Amino acid sequence: MAQRQGPGSPLGSLVAIGVVVGVGAAAFAYTAGWLSPQRLTPERMVAALGAPMPADLGHRRNHAKGLCFTGWFQANGNGVALSRAALFVAGSYPVVGRFNLGTPNPDAKDASARVRGLSIQIKPPGGQEWRSGMINAPFFPVSTPQDFYQLLTASGSKDPGAMPGFVAAHPGFVKFGAWAQTGPWTGSYAEERYNGLNAFRFVDASGAVHPVRWSMLPAAAPVSVDPATLDAGGPDLLEQDITKRVQAGPVRWTLQVTLADASDQTADPSEPWPDGRRTVDVGTLLVDQVQAEADGPCRDVNYDPTVLPDGIAVGDDPFPAARSAAYAVSFDRRTAEAADYPRTAPAPAPAPAPAQSGAETPAQGNKP
Amino acid sequence: MSATRASRFTPLQRGLHWVMALCILAMLFIGVGMVSTITQSHLTLVSIHKPLGLAILALVLVRIAVRLRSGAPGLPADLPAPMKLAARLSHYAFYALMLAMPLLGWGMLSAAGYPVTVLGFTLPPILPQSDSLHSLLWTAHRTLAFAFFALILLHLAAALFHALVRRDGVFEAMGPAVR
Repeated sequence: MAQRQGPGSPLGSLVAIGVVVGVGAAAFAYTAGWLSPQRLTPERMVAALGAPMPADLGHRRNHAKGLCFTGWFQANGNGVALSRAALFVAGSYPVVGRFNLGTPNPDAKDASARVRGLSIQIKPPGGQEWRSGMINAPFFPVSTPQDFYQLLTASGSKDPGAMPGFVAAHPGFVKFGAWAQTGPWTGSYAEERYNGLNAFRFVDASGAVHPVRWSMLPAAAPVSVDPATLDAGGPDLLEQDITKRVQAGPVRWTLQVTLADASDQTADPSEPWPDGRRTVDVGTLLVDQVQAEADGPCRDVNYDPTVLPDGIAVGDDPFPAARSAAYAVSFDRRTAEAADYPRTAPAPAPAPAPAQSGAETPAQGNKP
Repeated sequence: MSATRASRFTPLQRGLHWVMALCILAMLFIGVGMVSTITQSHLTLVSIHKPLGLAILALVLVRIAVRLRSGAPGLPADLPAPMKLAARLSHYAFYALMLAMPLLGWGMLSAAGYPVTVLGFTLPPILPQSDSLHSLLWTAHRTLAFAFFALILLHLAAALFHALVRRDGVFEAMGPAVR
């Protein structure tokens, strides 16, 4: 043990201690981003969506208007050659999903949102699960999360020159603008094709990696609708439509996986791969019930696209990580605001007990 | 100096202290870093944060058992009473934080309904899914992380104060062997 000595120069020692503690605190503050106002943090990304109005509290910060559904993913087994994920083994696995609109406004009119989304959570046995959020746009508006932040900032700006300035600086956005302006509208969530857009990596049983994108192809034939007609259908026409359809019978999509060629880039979701790439239909999404979001099973699900089973992995596309980080902020905020978005417990059933096994009860035959 | 041996922590205790010090510092920096970026490193850091947290949980259980068995060297008799109290309380706070932080993190993920996947293994949820529980645990995990780092800075300052100013052997009780 060191021989005990008399106190040294206390002032010099105290300064040294102060420096050590100060450097430690500064390193921590730097890592946290507190010294880097330019760093695109998840908070700044979410803030670019605009400050939530009181009515928005408790809702998702984007794609805020939505409807829950439950159903099944019926894997046909074709995916096993591409990915060792359990959900591709032939069989039926429960799904909790959400139809949604690409808007931060939970009370938006259905006809007002150009982008429609479908999110799924597939839970095969074993504890692993797959979450994915897809949209009806055939490509993403921008190439990088930084560009997306600039797009949000420009579109939310009061400066009339902001959007033209953004488009001038991001000529690739023109393609998305053309889709938004001239692409077809449908009158139903059931008629939309939903595209994952981001590239991921499927890993098969041998460990081989297959870069892929995926889409949900509707079984219902799309019928083009004039946006003005859609607007006359009421603020919730899409929700009413899908509810009616599902009550009449299960609504289906085919999950189609597209494989990249060796020459295809996998980092930019604004650039679709050329037509003619190999596709594999790996199963059917079957939606057999819808539920209002306030009480629905999708309400507290964060459709974080990086919640992946073994056999699906993120690749060099920067969006899944950015989405994961930003969705977490949205989730942490809205769970803290749950009181602002009350659960509306279903009213006690006033109907008398059914005399017979009712024809009105949901057909169990829907369940595979 | 007949009490020299008893005035130091055992080699196992010192080893645990320094290994955990590294782990915990890394953990706090990873934690604060991973929530401050939307780049791919967000996912990388999260994938380190979870197994490292479990490792810290396992290590602190061992450490508590060792501490109960081996005890701790006494503080210098001439140390003012408030400093003795602060030393004792800070040790309790450290043990509480080392135990609580991994459990809060695990519980927070459980309450959010996220699958708790660590190094390819799926751990069971330790709490039911609940937005209010998630919010409470998330706030606690975050707040206590800052408190933890502040306590570490205080601990570091106190250790250096003992080493450089008081030179009373307290630093050497946990520090590297010097003669």
